[in-house]
Amino acid sequence: MNEIKCESCGFLNSAGTSICNKCGMPLDKENDSKLLNMRYDGRAIRSKTKNTSIVDKIWNFFSSIKIGVTLIAIALIASAVGTILPQSMYIPTNVVAEEHYRDRYGLAGQIYYQLGFHELYSSWWYLILIALIGISIFIVSLDRGIPLYKALKNQNPKRHIHFLKRQKLFNQYDQYSQEDLDKLVTNIKKRRYKIFEKDGHILAEKGRFSRWGPYVNHAGLIIFLIGTLLRFVPFMYVDEFVWVREGETAIIPGTSQQYYVENQEFIFETYGNDEEDAKFSEILSQQNSAIPKHFETKAVIYEDVSEGVIGSEPELEEVASGEIIVNKPIQFGGFALYQDSYQLNEFQSMSFKLHETTDENEASIVEFTVDLTNPDSVYTFENGFRIELDQYYPDYILDDDGTPRSQTNYPRNPAFVFFVYPPGESDPEASFLAIGQNIDGTGENTYKLGLTNFDVRDVSGLNVTKDLTLPVIGLGAFIFMIGVIQGMYWQHRRIWIHPAQGKLFIASHTNKNWYGMTNEFEKIITNTKFSMLQDQEKVTKDN
Amino acid sequence: MDKIEQANKTKKNKKRNRLIYRTSILTVLFGALLFALISNLMADDETLDVGDKAPDFQLTHLNGGQSETIRLGDLKGKGVMLNFWATYCEPCEREMPYMETLYPEYKQKGVEIIAVSVDATELVIDKFVEQYGLSFPVLHDNNSLVMDAYGIRPLPTTFFIDENGVIVERVMGELTLENLEGYLQKIEPS
Repeated sequence: MNEIKCESCGFLNSAGTSICNKCGMPLDKENDSKLLNMRYDGRAIRSKTKNTSIVDKIWNFFSSIKIGVTLIAIALIASAVGTILPQSMYIPTNVVAEEHYRDRYGLAGQIYYQLGFHELYSSWWYLILIALIGISIFIVSLDRGIPLYKALKNQNPKRHIHFLKRQKLFNQYDQYSQEDLDKLVTNIKKRRYKIFEKDGHILAEKGRFSRWGPYVNHAGLIIFLIGTLLRFVPFMYVDEFVWVREGETAIIPGTSQQYYVENQEFIFETYGNDEEDAKFSEILSQQNSAIPKHFETKAVIYEDVSEGVIGSEPELEEVASGEIIVNKPIQFGGFALYQDSYQLNEFQSMSFKLHETTDENEASIVEFTVDLTNPDSVYTFENGFRIELDQYYPDYILDDDGTPRSQTNYPRNPAFVFFVYPPGESDPEASFLAIGQNIDGTGENTYKLGLTNFDVRDVSGLNVTKDLTLPVIGLGAFIFMIGVIQGMYWQHRRIWIHPAQGKLFIASHTNKNWYGMTNEFEKIITNTKFSMLQDQEKVTKDN
Repeated sequence: MDKIEQANKTKKNKKRNRLIYRTSILTVLFGALLFALISNLMADDETLDVGDKAPDFQLTHLNGGQSETIRLGDLKGKGVMLNFWATYCEPCEREMPYMETLYPEYKQKGVEIIAVSVDATELVIDKFVEQYGLSFPVLHDNNSLVMDAYGIRPLPTTFFIDENGVIVERVMGELTLENLEGYLQKIEPS
């Protein structure tokens, strides 16, 4: 590709230029009769220069708007597909993702899982796609923004006559007086145009800054994207979850073992208990279960100030305390704890009594309580009885082989095997107890155990968050918005006045809102003898 | 002639400048992409990975008798197999006998096996240890502190740590007798 020499002024324009950078002569001869394409003020887009090296080839690839739009379209379609089935963070936590998608959604689910759609928004290929869009936006903006900036900065007020003739709004005045022209220019100035003059040629311009709108907007987008990338920097972003039982102190994940939370009390209220809820009585009576109204955790946050190695006894210092209510988190050290969920009535302890199997009154021989979070293994009594807790299953099930086991850590469905040693005996009697089950090991037990009482407590689910990326994302969004406003509410308007051989040629251009431009020009010609500019697009259409 | 030479020179300069300008911008952009990609992959499997130093910790020893606690830092000079498990986890249960089988041999070769249980209650661990007759130290991570520090998600997860305290291998999921032996050979102190 060679440089294009302007036939009118001899200036050497770089390849791809459609309007001479110096005198404004249109260089696209094949379109002579059509209106001039004013995009980028006729400058060559940077990338359209010769491909020489691999760097230039990569550059040109990203500089294409077609590529950019294609990338955005792919990202849009992928994002939409990601909403068809639930993302893996929304499936039950106690199942294997692979099996869940297969069992629940069949072959389609399996394909969905294999292609990584179950974790779409954090998958590597989605990330690459978004990053490529960012790169594309950046390069596209540079390649078009810089030539446009240069073109508008170095505008020659004296434009070639063909340039004016091929503008959308144009007129030719064969007779005019200097006095009238002065009045016209005064009117233009009144409309807050800037006037540039050269050899009697005039360029009036306003609202140039609105042309930077798209570029400001793109800069905002890129800052926004950088903000989302910062989420992957460990100390910038934390999103964790912790279950805390009433009365317990648990380590807060994501804080590098620095903070602990104590759940002093979990409060849970439902609708229908207050007088003020009377108005809901009708709808409440149609519900099968109670509707939660309010739940909160009375919490204390501690910081571990000990210098000891992990696992050694922590030294806890209170740093915050208060209620954690939905949308009212407790905050400490840059972190926030949000009330997220709860489990009501988890077993805390169970009390049993021993009686003779044949005793109809079930008169208690001994009574004892098993702490379900930290059970003792042996219970001895003054009357010589000894009871051993041989097996304890906090969350009891029978597995496929029919052997009892626990499926989790939590006492949701406790089951026990007790060995009862009557005084002086060394052979115990075995009993199996679970909720709704009381099985005698041999069928010949002299003594029987029975559940007398139990205590429950609630478990509060708290969401641990920290997000230092929000200010960056906010800044990006703000700059984006400024760019949108800048480009939307202002227009870049220009008027060229070209005197030649006693005649006057006037043309005008705006980057948008031609209606406004026309109206403005009508105001400009009041008190003058100039007639209105012709809309050449309309004229050619009418003919 | 001079003029043409001059023009060619400026053209060359322009070209070179353009190459530098484009190369540097593309480098920065793709650098950012690479950063995002790598941090995303790292974030997937949380804190610890092969090549990292294993964080020091100490926990109560449940089946030892003689010493109260075991500290990882005290095992410098030995290879350490660090197994995170729980009694309610079936794959953990299946791999325990393999560990027990290989323990005596590798203890002599300078490799220690440590099993950290994340169970809530000591009783269930005791019963389990009794049932399987485990002779290697079984520690109780009562407050999930070590689990948090090691970023454990699925159980079992096993770290193989060399004599310098560096993680050589990390296995998420069940071990077989064969690959367990292979991993243990890797951390034998030389």
